[in-house]
Amino acid sequence: MAGWGDEKIEIIVGNLLRAGVLLSAFVVIIGAGVYLARHGRSPMDFQVFRGEPADMRSLSGIVHAMLTMRGRGIIQFGLLLLIATPVARVAFSIFGFAKERDYMYVAFTTIVFLILLYSMFGTR
Amino acid sequence: MNILEFSVLVCFCSLLAGLVGALTGLGGGVVLVPLLSLLFKVDIRYAIGASLVSVIATSSGAAAAFVKEGFSNIRIGMFLEIATTLGALFGAFLATRVSTHAIAIVFGTVLLFSAYFSRRARSPQEQAAPPDMLAAKLRLNGSFPDGGGHRKYNVQRVPAGWSLMFGAGTLSGLLGIGSGAMKVLAMDQAMKIPFKVSTTTSNFMIGVTAAASAGVYLHRGYIDPGLAMPVVLGVLSGSLLGARILVRAHTKWLRLGFSLVIVLLAIEMLYNGISGRI
Repeated sequence: MAGWGDEKIEIIVGNLLRAGVLLSAFVVIIGAGVYLARHGRSPMDFQVFRGEPADMRSLSGIVHAMLTMRGRGIIQFGLLLLIATPVARVAFSIFGFAKERDYMYVAFTTIVFLILLYSMFGTR
Repeated sequence: MNILEFSVLVCFCSLLAGLVGALTGLGGGVVLVPLLSLLFKVDIRYAIGASLVSVIATSSGAAAAFVKEGFSNIRIGMFLEIATTLGALFGAFLATRVSTHAIAIVFGTVLLFSAYFSRRARSPQEQAAPPDMLAAKLRLNGSFPDGGGHRKYNVQRVPAGWSLMFGAGTLSGLLGIGSGAMKVLAMDQAMKIPFKVSTTTSNFMIGVTAAASAGVYLHRGYIDPGLAMPVVLGVLSGSLLGARILVRAHTKWLRLGFSLVIVLLAIEMLYNGISGRI
C-alpha cells in the first residue's frame, strides 16, 4: 500500500482549504476597505524598514486590533487565517494516517506539525 | 504616491504575476519580490514577507484541484516536508541575520537558475527503476493514472532528495518564494519521481513550507498588512484566473517571454545587491 491514503478525505480537505483561502481573502478585503477609507490618502512608506509594531506581531495583539475595527488589524487577521490553512491541512493528515493505522506516517506528520507550531508560537 | 494609488498599482502587478505564473507553471512568486523592491522601491524585507503569504494563498487555493487529478503522493510530500520545514525555519532565521545586499545577490542567482531550468527540456520518462531499499521501507513508492491504467514508480536516492529539499526550504524561508523549481528538481532529477507526480506534490508542499517561515516572519515584524493586502489579493485572483483560462497554444511564447523577464530581473537584482543599493 503506497501513494494514496483515503482519497475522499483528501478531496474534502482540499475543498476545506479552498474555503479557508476564500474566507481569509474575504476578511482581507473587508480590512482593505476600512484601511483604504481611513489611510488611502496618506503617503506610502514601505521604502524604509521599521518592522511592524508589537500589536501586529502577536495573535493577541492582532485580535485586539481587529476587534477595535482597525483596518490593519482586520487585514492581519485575514493573513493569519491564510497562514493557518496549510497547518490545518497537516493536522488533518495526522488523522488520515491514523485512520489507516500507518503509524510511521502519523509520526512523520506529527513532526511536521510540531515544526509548524514552533514557528507560530515558539519563536520571538 | 499615496496608499490608495500604491495599493491599486501593486494589486494589478501582482495579478499579472499570478496569472502568468499560473499559465506558465513557473509560479508568480519568483518575480514578486524583485518587482516590489526594484519597481516600487519597497524594502526587500517587507517584499519577502508579503510574497511568502501570497505563496501560501496560491498553494492552498489550488490544493483541491491537484488532489482530484490523483498524481500527488502525500507520503512523499509529508516525508520531504520534514526537510523543507526545517530548512524554512533555518532560512527565516538566516534572513534576519544576513544583510539585504546578500539577500539580493542570492535572489538574483536563484532567478538565473530558475530561468535556466524553465528552458531546459524535461527528462524523458524512463522505465521504473529497481526498488530502493530505503524508499521501500518508507513506503514512498506509488503509482499514478497513465492512459487507461496505473503506472508504478520506484523512488530512488532518498537521502540526496531529502538534502536538496532542505536546501529548497532554506531558499523559500530566506527569499519568500515557493522554490517550486528546486523541489521539482529534487524529486524529478534526484529521486526519479515522474514529472507529473513531482510537480503536483511540489505544489502541495509549497504552502506548508511557506507557513513554516511565515510564523517567524510575522513575529519579527516583516509582514506588513498594508503591503501584503494588495499582493495577496492580486496574486490570488491572478492564479485563479489563470487556472480557468487555458491558452495552451501561446504557452510556449509566454514561457519564453517570462523567462526573459526573469533574466532581466536577475541581472537587476545582482547589480543592486553588489552595488549596495538594496
